[in-house]
Amino acid sequence: MSKFQFPESIASRPVYGTLEPRPGKAHLMIADAEGAEAILDLAAQDAGLMAKTHIIYIPKGTDFAEALRALEPAQFYEGPSYAASVQRIRKVLGDAHMGLQVYLAGTEGLMGQAMNEAVSAGIPASAIQTEHRGSIARRMQCVHCKGITEDVTTDPFVCSHCGLNLFVRDHYSRRLAAFQGVCIDAEDPGNVPAPVELYK
Amino acid sequence: MTIQFNNETFRDDYSFRNSDWAIKRFPFPFHEDSYMYSVNMEQHRGGPEGSVYEKRFDVDEHYLSEMRDRALVLADDPLRCQSLPHMTLAGWDTLELIMVSKSEDYPDLFELHRDGNRWRWVNKPMGIDQTFTFLDETTLPCGPLEYITRQTQGDFAVLDQRDEMLWMDAGMVTTQADWSLDFDIGMNFFEWHAPVPLAHEMGIFKRALKFLLNVQQGAPARRLNWTMTVNPLLDTSPENYHKWGIQKTTLTPENIGAKQHLRVELQTFFRLPRSNALLFPIRCYLIAFQDIVTVPKWGRRLHRVVRDLPEELATYKGFIANRPMMLDYLGQYDDGLPTSPGVWPDLGTEPPLQK
Ligand code: HEM
Repeated sequence: MSKFQFPESIASRPVYGTLEPRPGKAHLMIADAEGAEAILDLAAQDAGLMAKTHIIYIPKGTDFAEALRALEPAQFYEGPSYAASVQRIRKVLGDAHMGLQVYLAGTEGLMGQAMNEAVSAGIPASAIQTEHRGSIARRMQCVHCKGITEDVTTDPFVCSHCGLNLFVRDHYSRRLAAFQGVCIDAEDPGNVPAPVELYK
Repeated sequence: MTIQFNNETFRDDYSFRNSDWAIKRFPFPFHEDSYMYSVNMEQHRGGPEGSVYEKRFDVDEHYLSEMRDRALVLADDPLRCQSLPHMTLAGWDTLELIMVSKSEDYPDLFELHRDGNRWRWVNKPMGIDQTFTFLDETTLPCGPLEYITRQTQGDFAVLDQRDEMLWMDAGMVTTQADWSLDFDIGMNFFEWHAPVPLAHEMGIFKRALKFLLNVQQGAPARRLNWTMTVNPLLDTSPENYHKWGIQKTTLTPENIGAKQHLRVELQTFFRLPRSNALLFPIRCYLIAFQDIVTVPKWGRRLHRVVRDLPEELATYKGFIANRPMMLDYLGQYDDGLPTSPGVWPDLGTEPPLQK
C-alpha cells in the first residue's frame, strides 16, 4: 500500500516516519486499522523481532488481525476501540523495563494518544517511533466547547458535541492529541461552505 | 501622582474610555512609517517618567475595571488559568516578583510586610488585606499564580526552561489576541508560535528563543506586539470567537473612529529566582482610532503602516476585510508630511494636520 505524503505544514503539526526494527529485549507495538501493514513490514525485516513483541491492535473494521496473529508475537491483544484498550496500554507501559522500544502505527489520533501514554509513562522520545498508515482522518478539539470529535475527514465539519460548524486547523496540541477546530461562520452566520475531503 | 480609576466595561455597552493622560502615554508601537516582524527586544529598565515603561508592572486608570472583567471571564471559563503540576514553585516566584515590585513602585497603593515566611499583602484599590504563609498554598484562597494575577493587569504565560527550550506550562490568559492557553499549554516555543506567518522563515523565532534562554534574574527585557480589535473587547479569545467574531462586521464609516481600536501588547520577560522559569506578562492597551489621530504624528504614521502592511500580516491579525474602510478613515489624517523618528507623540514639535 502506498503511504500518504502529508504536505509540509506548521511547526506544531506532528511528522511521522517509517518504522524500523531496533535492537532491544522488549517491543511494544500499538496500531489501528491499516497500521497493521506497517507492523507486517517490520516483521518481514527482522524475523526474530516478533518473539519479543507485544502487539495491541484496534482493527476499526479492517481485517488485518489474523495476519498479525500469524506473526506469532509474544503477546497479542485485539481491542474493539482505543478507549477500551487504553487501560491495558497504561498497564503495559507502567510495567515496562528500561529499554522498551515502542512502535506506533495507523491513524494520527491513535498515534497521538498512545504517544501521550508512552511519554507520561517515562518512555524516552528516542525509543518511540511512529508511522502513519491508512485514513487521513483527524482527531479534532472544538476550541469553543472543548469536545473532541474523532475521525474527522472533511473541512468544515460539525462538532459532535456543540453542533457548531468548525474549520480544520493544522495547529496541533500533543497534550490533547488533537488538532484545533474553529467556528467557520462566526463572521457570517449561516454561510457554511460545503464540506470538502481533507487534502482533496 | 494618584490614579483615578475608571468604572467602565470591556463588553456589552463597552463604556471603556482612555483619558487624555492615557492617550498621551499610550504605547504606540511604530517607530517608523512601516512595520514588519523583527526581533524587537530591549532591556526593561524603566522609561520616561509617566510612561508605561517606567514601572516593572504598570498600573493605570483601567486597573479595577480590567480586574472585574478578568473575574467575569474566569467565572465563565476556569480553564483560562492553568498550571501544570510542576509549575507551582514558579507561581510563588511570580507572586513574589509582583508583590515586591508593586509595593516598591506604588507604595501608596500596595504594601507588602514580610516576617520570615509570614507575609501580609495589602492591595488598597481592590480592598484586599491578606495574611498568608509564603510557599504554603493552603493559606491562600487559590493557587499563587491565580491569586496574584487576579490582581494584576495583563495576561501571564509562565515558561518552564529545560533542554534549551521554553515550555508554556502555566498561565492566566483572559485578554489574549485570539489564542488559547488551554490548547497551547505544554507546547514549546516553536509549537505555540506555529500559526504565525513569515516569522519562522525569517529566523525570528530562533533568534528570539536564544535571547530569551539567556534572560538573567534582575535584568528583564521587553518588546511590543500589536493587532486590531473592533470594540474595546479584552477577551478576544478563540473560545468565544463564535460570539465576538460578528462584531468585526459592525464597522461603518460613521462609527469606525469610535469602534476600531489599536491593540498593543507590552510584553516583558522576567527570570524567576527559585524555579528558573521565565515569566512573560502580556499587557494589553487599547486605543480608539479617533483618539490616536488626536496625535498628528501617530495619525499620519498609522495610516502608512496599515496601508503598506503585507497581506499575510493583515490576514493573520484578522483585519484584512476591514482594511479598506480603515484606510478611508485614517487617510483623512495623513497629509503626507514626514514624521519624526521614534514612537513618542512629539506634540510640541510635530506640525498639526495640514488639511
Ligand atoms: C516566551 C514568551 C512568549 C510567549 C509565551 C509568546 C506567545 C505567543 C502566542 C501564544 C502567539 C499567538 C500565536 C497564535 O496565532 O496562536 C504569539 C504570536 C507572536 N509572537 Fe510570541 N510569544 C513569546 C515571545 C515572543 C518573542 C520574544 C517574539 C520576538 C520576536 C515573539 C514574536 C511573536 C510574533 C511576531 C507573533 C505574531 C503576532 C502578530 O502578528 O500579531 N514572541 N506569541
